[in-house]
Amino acid sequence: MTYTDEIKKHLSIYAQRHGDDRLILGHRLSEWCGHGPILEEDLATTNTSLDLIGQSVMWLKYAAETDGLGKTEDDMAYLRSEREFKNVLLVEQQNEDFAYTTARQFFFDVYDLIFYSELRNSTDETLRGIAEKSVKESTYHVRHSSEWMLRLGDGTEESHQKIKNAVADLWMYTGELFFMDETDEILIKEGIAIDLNKVKTLWYENVSKIINEATLEVPSLDTFMQKGGRKGIHSENLGHILSELQYLKRAFPTAKW
Amino acid sequence: MVNNISIEEIYKIIEQVSDPEIPALNVIEMGMVREVFFEDETLKVVITPTYSGCPAMNQITCDVQKVLMNEGIEAQIITRLSPAWTTDWMSEETLEKLRASGIAPPKTKVSTLDPNNLFNIIKIPSQIECPFCSSDNTKILSEYGSTACKSFHYCNNCLQAFDHFKCH
Repeated sequence: MTYTDEIKKHLSIYAQRHGDDRLILGHRLSEWCGHGPILEEDLATTNTSLDLIGQSVMWLKYAAETDGLGKTEDDMAYLRSEREFKNVLLVEQQNEDFAYTTARQFFFDVYDLIFYSELRNSTDETLRGIAEKSVKESTYHVRHSSEWMLRLGDGTEESHQKIKNAVADLWMYTGELFFMDETDEILIKEGIAIDLNKVKTLWYENVSKIINEATLEVPSLDTFMQKGGRKGIHSENLGHILSELQYLKRAFPTAKW
Repeated sequence: MVNNISIEEIYKIIEQVSDPEIPALNVIEMGMVREVFFEDETLKVVITPTYSGCPAMNQITCDVQKVLMNEGIEAQIITRLSPAWTTDWMSEETLEKLRASGIAPPKTKVSTLDPNNLFNIIKIPSQIECPFCSSDNTKILSEYGSTACKSFHYCNNCLQAFDHFKCH
């Protein structure tokens, strides 16, 4: 497909944003490897991590292609600095305890499933391909994290308190999932990107349903929301993540698989 | 050098490559090889990945190139994402092979995701038939198993734990 340089530039930003979300969240989840509360959850968390990192490879490959500077997906993942990462702040938040990880994952998974489902209608062949492939993986993720929301919320007094705290603390990071700017506007006009306002309505509806069922209170959408990640302004967390994620490549630049 | 070899023969050569995580099946049976053709004297092999993060993908790509190289054929691997790989592409014969190797095959055909009812999926998968004793009296231990493509189950009848290849 032939796009103008302008479209390509925005397509690259778009692919970076959505690729970075999955790379950073995948990395966060991988930190549970060998530390899961039970063996099954160790496997589940790292399998989800694997799916997300796999998806980020497709996104960042496309970001590199549309960037037109001859970069590869590895350059995108390993050789950009904090300000160049475009992920939402939600995904870089710390694992804390299993309740935090569950709430963070749940907020993202519900969004992810709706996002990919919509993106299957994109006019762009590559994005359509990524969406068709990934949406199947999302269904497993969303089922897993939803079940844990219910189990923790409607579980013991302690688990209820922990997931309640996690929902309260992480809620202010959810607004950014629906952030849109000129990149989205230009791509929506071409039928390439999707309107995140539609995703937001569906997200709130479905997140509310599970939170209610988990005997927790649903926070309001009209509350203070953090933002910055999409423009490269991050919390302190990202630097720490990148120092670990990029260490090998930066220390041994010529290392090959 | 490549002109005197037919596409059928190429498929035969590729059949030597198995999925390192499911040695019972070769990549053709898995439905991963979508197309094989010559373009400007170069052999192109189109592969559709199973799971996005499948760590076996890189190995499979290398293995396909290697077995072809052993026959003096240089191949270029093309990764195709759409249409997305599905367990529906496995033949009845393949599913039987999976069962014989101790992995319960995907139970149903994959249903199309209903965009108006996306969250209808939140339910535990139904009981999976034990690949060892064929009993339905089984329970799920974990939706995530030894690899990304499998879930983990237990048979109450023969008291054996087993893997199940998830519908995808």
